[in-house]
Amino acid sequence: MKRTSQKTCLLLTLIVSLVLSGCDDLQLNNPYSDSEAGQTVLYSSFTERPKHLDPAISYSANEYALIGQIYEPPFQYHYLKRPYTLEPLTAEKMPDISYFDAEGKQLSDKVDAENIAFTEYLITLQQGIKFQPHPAFAKDKQGNFLFHQLSQQQLDSINSLVDFKVADSREVTAEDYIYQIKRLAHPKIHSPVAELMKQHIVGLTEFSKQIAKKKLVNIASIPISGVEFVNQYQYRIRIKGKYPQFIYWLAMPFFSPMAWEADVFYSQQGLIDKNITLDWYPVGTGPYMLVENNPNRRMVLEKNPEFHPAYYPSEGEEGDRERGLLEDAGEKLPFIDKVVYILEKETIPYWNKFLQGYYDASGIASDSFDQAVQFTGQGGEELTPLMKGKGIQLQTAVATSTFYMGFNMLNPEVGGDSERARKLRRAIAIAMDYEEHIAIFMNGRGVSAQGVLPPGIYGYQTGQAGINPYVYDWGNGQAQRKSIEVAKQLMIEAGYAEGIDNKTGEALILYFDTAASGPDDRARLNWYRKQFEKLGIQLVIRATDYNRFQQKMRSGNAQIFIWGWNADYPDPENFFFLLYGGHGKVKYGGENAANYQNAEFDRLFEQMRNMENGSERLKIIRKMEAIVRYDAPWLFGLHPKNFSLYHSWYQNLKPNLMANNTMKYKRIDALKRVELRKKWNRPVFWPLIVLVIMFGAILIPAINAYRRRAKETMQ
Amino acid sequence: MTILWTDALIFFLVLMMLVLGFYLRGKEHLRRPIGKVTASRVGMMSLVILVFFGMIGLLDSIHFKPANDKSNEIISLLDYWTTSIRQQQEKTYSSPFAAYSYSKENITTDDGRQLWTYPRLKYGGAHLKNPDIKKTHDIMQKAAIGFTKGAGLFAFFFILLLSFFKERKQTILKGTAAKPVWMIIFIIVSGSYMLIDLSGFYHVLGTDKVGEDVFYQAVKSIRTGLVIGSLTTLIMLPLAIIFGIMAGFFRGWVDDVIQYIYTTLNSIPGVLLIAASILMVQVYMANNEDQFTSLVVRADMRLLFLCLILGVTSWTGLCRLLRAETLKLREMEYVQAAQALGVRRRIILMRHILPNVMHIILISVVLDFSSLVLAEAVLSYINIGVDPTTYSWGNMINSARLEMAREPIVWWSLMASFLFMFTLVLAANIFADTVRDAFDPRRADND
Amino acid sequence: MIQYIIRRFLYAIPLLFGVNVLTFVLFFIVNSPDDMARMQLGQKHVTEQAVENWKQQRGYHLPLLWNDQQQGIKKVKETIFYQKSVNLFLFQFGISDSGRNIGADIKQRMWPSLAVALPTLLVGLLVNITVALMMVLFRGSYLEFSSIVLCVILMSISSLFYIIGGQFVIGKLLKLVPISGYDGGLDAIKFLVLPVIISVIAGIGSGARWYRTLFLEEVNKDYVRTARAKGLTETQTLFRHVLQNALIPILTGVVVVLPLLFMGSLILESFFSIPGLGSYTIDAINRQDFAIVRSMVFLGSVLYIFGLLLTDISYTIVDPRVRLS
Repeated sequence: MKRTSQKTCLLLTLIVSLVLSGCDDLQLNNPYSDSEAGQTVLYSSFTERPKHLDPAISYSANEYALIGQIYEPPFQYHYLKRPYTLEPLTAEKMPDISYFDAEGKQLSDKVDAENIAFTEYLITLQQGIKFQPHPAFAKDKQGNFLFHQLSQQQLDSINSLVDFKVADSREVTAEDYIYQIKRLAHPKIHSPVAELMKQHIVGLTEFSKQIAKKKLVNIASIPISGVEFVNQYQYRIRIKGKYPQFIYWLAMPFFSPMAWEADVFYSQQGLIDKNITLDWYPVGTGPYMLVENNPNRRMVLEKNPEFHPAYYPSEGEEGDRERGLLEDAGEKLPFIDKVVYILEKETIPYWNKFLQGYYDASGIASDSFDQAVQFTGQGGEELTPLMKGKGIQLQTAVATSTFYMGFNMLNPEVGGDSERARKLRRAIAIAMDYEEHIAIFMNGRGVSAQGVLPPGIYGYQTGQAGINPYVYDWGNGQAQRKSIEVAKQLMIEAGYAEGIDNKTGEALILYFDTAASGPDDRARLNWYRKQFEKLGIQLVIRATDYNRFQQKMRSGNAQIFIWGWNADYPDPENFFFLLYGGHGKVKYGGENAANYQNAEFDRLFEQMRNMENGSERLKIIRKMEAIVRYDAPWLFGLHPKNFSLYHSWYQNLKPNLMANNTMKYKRIDALKRVELRKKWNRPVFWPLIVLVIMFGAILIPAINAYRRRAKETMQ
Repeated sequence: MTILWTDALIFFLVLMMLVLGFYLRGKEHLRRPIGKVTASRVGMMSLVILVFFGMIGLLDSIHFKPANDKSNEIISLLDYWTTSIRQQQEKTYSSPFAAYSYSKENITTDDGRQLWTYPRLKYGGAHLKNPDIKKTHDIMQKAAIGFTKGAGLFAFFFILLLSFFKERKQTILKGTAAKPVWMIIFIIVSGSYMLIDLSGFYHVLGTDKVGEDVFYQAVKSIRTGLVIGSLTTLIMLPLAIIFGIMAGFFRGWVDDVIQYIYTTLNSIPGVLLIAASILMVQVYMANNEDQFTSLVVRADMRLLFLCLILGVTSWTGLCRLLRAETLKLREMEYVQAAQALGVRRRIILMRHILPNVMHIILISVVLDFSSLVLAEAVLSYINIGVDPTTYSWGNMINSARLEMAREPIVWWSLMASFLFMFTLVLAANIFADTVRDAFDPRRADND
Repeated sequence: MIQYIIRRFLYAIPLLFGVNVLTFVLFFIVNSPDDMARMQLGQKHVTEQAVENWKQQRGYHLPLLWNDQQQGIKKVKETIFYQKSVNLFLFQFGISDSGRNIGADIKQRMWPSLAVALPTLLVGLLVNITVALMMVLFRGSYLEFSSIVLCVILMSISSLFYIIGGQFVIGKLLKLVPISGYDGGLDAIKFLVLPVIISVIAGIGSGARWYRTLFLEEVNKDYVRTARAKGLTETQTLFRHVLQNALIPILTGVVVVLPLLFMGSLILESFFSIPGLGSYTIDAINRQDFAIVRSMVFLGSVLYIFGLLLTDISYTIVDPRVRLS
């Protein structure tokens, strides 16, 4: 009996201590170290480690989220103004643009695009912009670079960039911008825009051939005919013909300055073997610099001490002042000291941690949508009381991207310019009820597409004039999908009454190619099948892996597919080129996956792409939309709507779908965050205690039984 | 009637089991362990459950294209009988026995007002005018009626059985395990009758994200689980038996080669091997598209291949056991004597070795079954399991784990797959234990 | 002894060669170098030239197994197979398809894997043996019966349920530990508690049952009866004799898995976003980065063979009667 009482005593002390500690502001589940608690650190995540951080290679949203804060091209999108407008970033002013004819004679601005042979952009840079501190710039007293030829001995003590004890900086010159353009052309870099830029920048193709065999570090001194160094703060780019969209490229990281020292430094084999490369440790001029890059766990951005003076914008869109977006006007950027990106692969932990306050912002997975958002009477959306109670803010924005169901125009069944195929495509377009799709699979987070262009792109039309008349009617102040009877009538006209092919007398079978294989996809694919069934068409789903799918698209073996496009820049050209005959996927390996070819459309496209925005351009855009709607090579699907949640301590937020360097504008109220985290994360101990007691309760009779038996055997 | 690959193999397996059973019926040395299995109460109860699951699986393995249906779909007998459940699809989540949807929606009331509320389900509890008040009562009533009907059915067949085998009444009723077995049959028959009855009016286990009945999904998953558990053994058995016995019996270079093969295979992490093979099937299917025009056929091919590759990765264990046992048996006097007498090797293998390693094979087959069913779920999580369009518990768990983050939480999908999987695996484990206890000679000595 | 070890090492070479050939064939049937290039180069604006460049740079432009354009030994040497697999034998894993040094990544990710696997193994061993001993100690009582039932029940639950359930209850509802994540140094402990507990519980079912049979076998042996007859109490016999003798199979069983601990746990690491080798492998499969997958297969095989060798050696150490020949 004595032993049992001892145990009870022990148990009691345990309980008491646990209960006592529970009363404290204990945060057992805090995944961060306590020292960071009061700092203005932003916590974000990445699901997959970025593949490239080299601004010449990187070309995807998750990579831009990082390097947008590190590298600075000459221009940027204004944070607050809409429609999206460009403004100088590291440049002094917007570029001086002049036009020349084939003889090199300068032309006036008003001249027709056909007569323009070359366009020159003169870019003037701000003075005094410096690179972030980096060992590549470090020199000894004699002026020799310290780390450009590392000895084995030095290498042994180095495992990451932090291990270099000396770092230095230097001023950025026009040379560095030119060097980056040269890098784009180098075959070893594999820049995704190399081929595109060769079509535009004068002399880039020749340059690329000239340096193909040369090492990257040696190309700095070789000139390109179309890129000219004027003086330390000015350089000139010459492009073929007129290409007004070029300015948008100048606002992408591809055109940010790169120091030749960085390439020399990172080309040392000893560093490459340790995964220390330019692709992983950027050298930029931006507000932040990457101080820790462990793609297996976390990446950390810290304020760049050499960052040039930059200030919060003092003007914005109408209503921005009321929303409090201009309160920081004129303040020096950036506001946040440190940004930590943590590897988080699963959505559940991320969402739960967000609710516990350990992440500052979150998207909404479709499973947690109901928990976060509810719709009000008129289709508007608002947060649920649970979210409101936590002070969470909601922001929505229709993405400048489009998802479409494409028909392979080279396919004899669904493609081609025949009236039969066109009617079949239109019938399918009516039957595919994308409004239902958005409601079921996207929780209403999207708008059904009426044409090629998404909202926010020049030429997009709202209201009755903007609807696709072959699929929608205008009624009750909104676009209404035509009834299925209309589609059935079209099927009869096309020779497929009730889905039975007139010629063969058998049911029409169509093939849908997809690379989808997630758990949710079964329902989605079933849904597609049901839509086709409405017309009596049997849809056979050919699911395969991504590579196979791509191959099918390239060889033109696909019949029906779903694809999306995300705008590179806010210009209609960036969407219409997806249907330009000269970009046909099968013939030219371009981005026209539907292999659509229409002479009139192509002619209009060639005309439209070189024009400045204006009524004339708008007219052509309308014509092009009308042609595509008539021919229906695409079944316009939807434009997704992004919903993001932010905690109350996160401020200065405005969705900007074009800019990728918005981190510097954002602000965090660290004290408020500490408060709320404490409030939300009180650990619960009692179930643990109950468990211990239960376990004890089971054990006691067992021990008694054992004792009895031991006694019996003894006797 | 359409015969899928796995269907054919399943029926082949059933046939084999029948033949084997017939062959082993009169064998003297097996009588004792079999008697021991039949005498075990829990063992027999779990066997009944396994047989019940097996029957559902078999029903789900008879595929055909319905004659009057225009769509090109291949369905199984089970699908045909559950057509009403299959097609009663709601819009999205609804909890078990719910009459209202689980998420709010904009509804326009009769007087034109917009309301943000939980809409009524299209099928679940649709027969009720006022579900708030009447639902519980209605469910109880329907459940009781269903249960009684099932019990009646059971009683009818039970009496029929008794009257047919009057003279063997004693064994039917008085065996050691007879009572619990009849008990469990009674529960299964009436319980499933009740569930089927209720399913006509409610979603017994709720609906999933796209409104599909979870109960139906869980039942459909039974076949997948069984196929993976049983076909894999069908594939691995010949490999393991032939190689294992040969290595042990012939020794020398044969032994070396076989050992080399299985050590090589064993040393490759199984998951990676499976990943590579699954990718290979996809490539094969992409290159031969004409043969795989239907989703069901595609999914079936992938399932078959998964079984194949699981078989290839799992035969090595049994092979090693058999090799060791054969090495031992080979030195036995009667084998030595047979060899000395010049009996042909083939005959020695068939007569003396194979029957004496049978218990090892049997034990390892029943033991592997449950671990394979569990493995399926894990593989589906890494996306290298069965086709995502196949109903399987793994796929259910995989899509349901995201639902745990919802508030209020959607638990029924996870719970349904848990319950079904747990029942099957538990029954299999218990049965495996019983078989092992009965057949393992070492254990027999201990008792 | 040393001779034996050397022989086993030599024996490992054909094994590893076989593994290499098998994986190579499997992965290259599925994925041509073109596919790999496209996979890595992304979706937008990919040209044939870019694909060629990529292959050239990564060494995938060569023929697979046999190069007809070369002379003599180069016919074999100038092939993808030779170039990619010979270095594996020297443990130079090269760079992954996405351009990172695999060796450096493995070195880095090994430790988190170990940090989960080692405590799991040790705690699991302790718990399993304790439970098994209890079952043997209380054999014949209701406690033993219910523990066996509990074990079977625990065994019948898919590991996914343990993970999902554990994260939900302990991480989300009780807020006792961070839901997921990892950190270096001692900070790692708070992240490791939950995964370790979960995998220990998931392993109790089969583990405890296995040890129980081991112990029961010993308990029924003659020397135990003698010991008991000498007047030792049940506990004394159990700890002094049974446990000691059962340690041999336990130890050898543990030794086999020791090297494989490096490989990490596939699912656990993904769920808890622990940056170990398990999640590394899964990522590689999902991203179809076969350079990594090949390396991991090779590493796994090496460790497995090493484990077998260790087992043999440990047999001789704990049981002098066994001689290596």
